[in-house]
Amino acid sequence: MIYLTLFYEFFKIGLFAIGGGLATIPFLFSLTHRFDWFTTQDLVSMIAVSESTPGPLGVNMATFAGYQTAGIWGGIVATIGLVFPALFIIIGISKILNKFKESFYVQSFFYGLRPAVSVMILVFVFNVCKVIVDLTPNLRSLLLSGFLFLCYLLLILRYKMHPIFFVLLAAFMGILLEL
Amino acid sequence: MIECWNLFIAFFKIGLFTFGGGYAMLPLIQKEVVKRNWATEDEILDYYAIGQVTPGIIAINVSTFIGYKIKGVLGAITSMIGMLTPSVLIITTLAMGLSYFWDSPVVSHAFAGIRLVIPALIIPILIQMIKKSMKDKFCILILCYALVLSFFNILSPVFIVVLSGALGIIYKVLKRVK
Repeated sequence: MIYLTLFYEFFKIGLFAIGGGLATIPFLFSLTHRFDWFTTQDLVSMIAVSESTPGPLGVNMATFAGYQTAGIWGGIVATIGLVFPALFIIIGISKILNKFKESFYVQSFFYGLRPAVSVMILVFVFNVCKVIVDLTPNLRSLLLSGFLFLCYLLLILRYKMHPIFFVLLAAFMGILLEL
Repeated sequence: MIECWNLFIAFFKIGLFTFGGGYAMLPLIQKEVVKRNWATEDEILDYYAIGQVTPGIIAINVSTFIGYKIKGVLGAITSMIGMLTPSVLIITTLAMGLSYFWDSPVVSHAFAGIRLVIPALIIPILIQMIKKSMKDKFCILILCYALVLSFFNILSPVFIVVLSGALGIIYKVLKRVK
């Protein structure tokens, strides 16, 4: 039963891949060795597509791999398998946190944590900027990109519009200027 | 029931307009979750920290946390499904062979345009978060050591997060002893 196998394999990935979407990639590579669901070449193009479409990378990859293996239902089953462990883990942690919220140790733990998470976000921003620079073909478009980025930043700081508005504006500008 | 529907719609929007997953959805979380008083900024940071060190996709972990906080198990499930639905729909149509649409130059220009706005959306929130979490010298120290360790790839994010929490406990215990 292909659906059961798919569910089981992606359930395992959801249970053991720590650190988000990118952490699932080695697990997907190991799938190509053990099953003939998709090849490593398929996987490379799946990563490229999943990175440039909306939604979390790991989820996109699971849907894609599941679809390649067993059609529409394959995609749905693989995705549910991937997120299934998280449902129990997160609900369990929420219950424990609610119980020990006032505890001195839990509060001290999070006290040390929060600055570190800010750093994770900072590193993420840095990596996105690096990708933008790497993908820019020449100096002219790099300057244009830099100028647009500054304009967006000023607009965002000045006007408190919904982020969706800015995403749509940026998509429109991308098409208009053929970025 | 209405609350579950609101959760579904909020996370559907977040899933649909987030390019780059986990941390890229922060501006939308800020708008859809913090502005609605579903969770505070500090709570969001805590959820990200836990989401980073527990198994699974960070974006899914964070949305499940928020859903559970608002409406228990049912809320956790609806938030998760809301977050998944856009991905499943988009990737399925893509894989079904509508890829000529996604391969078109217009779409790739649009994506290149969107890529530019992501850091611009996150930076103001990040500055605000750093300002808020810098309560004393100890926090600045954590910020600096985490920055050095992650920029030079000395430790994985999972270890940095756990270590920072442990340092937080040690610092508070020492302070109490004094």
